[in-house]
Amino acid sequence: MPMQAQLDRRAAVAALLKDRKNTLVVSGLGSPTYDLHSVGDHDGNFYLWGAMGGAALIGLGLAQAQPGKPVLALTGDGEQLMGLGGIATIGVARPRNLDIVVIDNQHFGETGMQASHTGRGVDLTAIATACGFATTGTVRTLEEVERLTRQIAEPADGPRLFVIKVLAENPPRSLPSRDAVFIKNRFRAHLGFAAA
Amino acid sequence: MHSPQPNPDSRTSDDWPSELYRILKAADVRQMSYVPDAGHSQLIRLSSADQDVTTNVLTTEEEGVAIAAGAWLGGQRSVLLMQSSGVGNCINMLSLSAIGRFPLLMLVTMRGEWAEFNPWQVPMSRATQPSLEAIGLKVMRAETAEDLIETVESAAALAYESDQQIAVLIGQRLIGKKKW
Repeated sequence: MPMQAQLDRRAAVAALLKDRKNTLVVSGLGSPTYDLHSVGDHDGNFYLWGAMGGAALIGLGLAQAQPGKPVLALTGDGEQLMGLGGIATIGVARPRNLDIVVIDNQHFGETGMQASHTGRGVDLTAIATACGFATTGTVRTLEEVERLTRQIAEPADGPRLFVIKVLAENPPRSLPSRDAVFIKNRFRAHLGFAAA
Repeated sequence: MHSPQPNPDSRTSDDWPSELYRILKAADVRQMSYVPDAGHSQLIRLSSADQDVTTNVLTTEEEGVAIAAGAWLGGQRSVLLMQSSGVGNCINMLSLSAIGRFPLLMLVTMRGEWAEFNPWQVPMSRATQPSLEAIGLKVMRAETAEDLIETVESAAALAYESDQQIAVLIGQRLIGKKKW
């Protein structure tokens, strides 16, 4: 029986994005969007407030359009579970610049902390491995997250998926704009594309 | 030396998939995602053989809605192919295209409406246009090859130049009866 995770999600995400350089980030709805914003708003962030199951696949389209830039899909266990098929699609597409990081509290935190599949034996890293991901891993401590951050900064042979097991609690919300058109246009301007 | 280009006068109406490929290339579409349909097979083949087009085979159609949004964030145009049964899978993900005003071009081959042998195709066929319109897409339809080419050309302009979310429904009458 694995130990109950003790890691604070905000500390984990802050460590992960400490030196993000030119990384483009897409965050899944709910807590990962608040976590990403809590580190500091950034023009290279695209925050989801819906489209559950889509974060990693938005990451795929973006990674294919920008093969020279690292793309990070930062999402939660519930969001990634809704997009399980997308792990197969990404495994087949095999981008070398896409990392999926699942902030896994093993619960649906937005809706009353109901237990999710990942606390009941479903292992997203094993699914990603079976789908042909180049690298996968699970980390549980801040030191391991810091090591993971250095690992992610290295080039990859294909897509990677990492699970960060965190304590199931909802820190105070840190809310980015919910105006998707604004966030989209700001993101594209960051990459040098004029607004339509 | 023969020209590799087909003589426009000798084009048959059977060759609409090649025309769609030409239109998508002219519109600078760089990504294509699909759940296969027999009616799209030639377009999928042509695009998969094209080094300048990234193709993604999907496990379910809504994945392509998300990929198209990501492609646009990264400065590329993406097209999504499916048959009408796949439209139902897309509805919640289309919130992303609608609320973010992301350009979206979906080419949907219709089943369940013309000489259909499989009754299971009929309910989603009936729901295709109303459900797309309910989530906010503009729906265009074509019943002949000539009309289809013109429709996709204008749909591509609307989507990519005017930030619209468009589904082009390709009538089953145009695709022909499925042989099985």
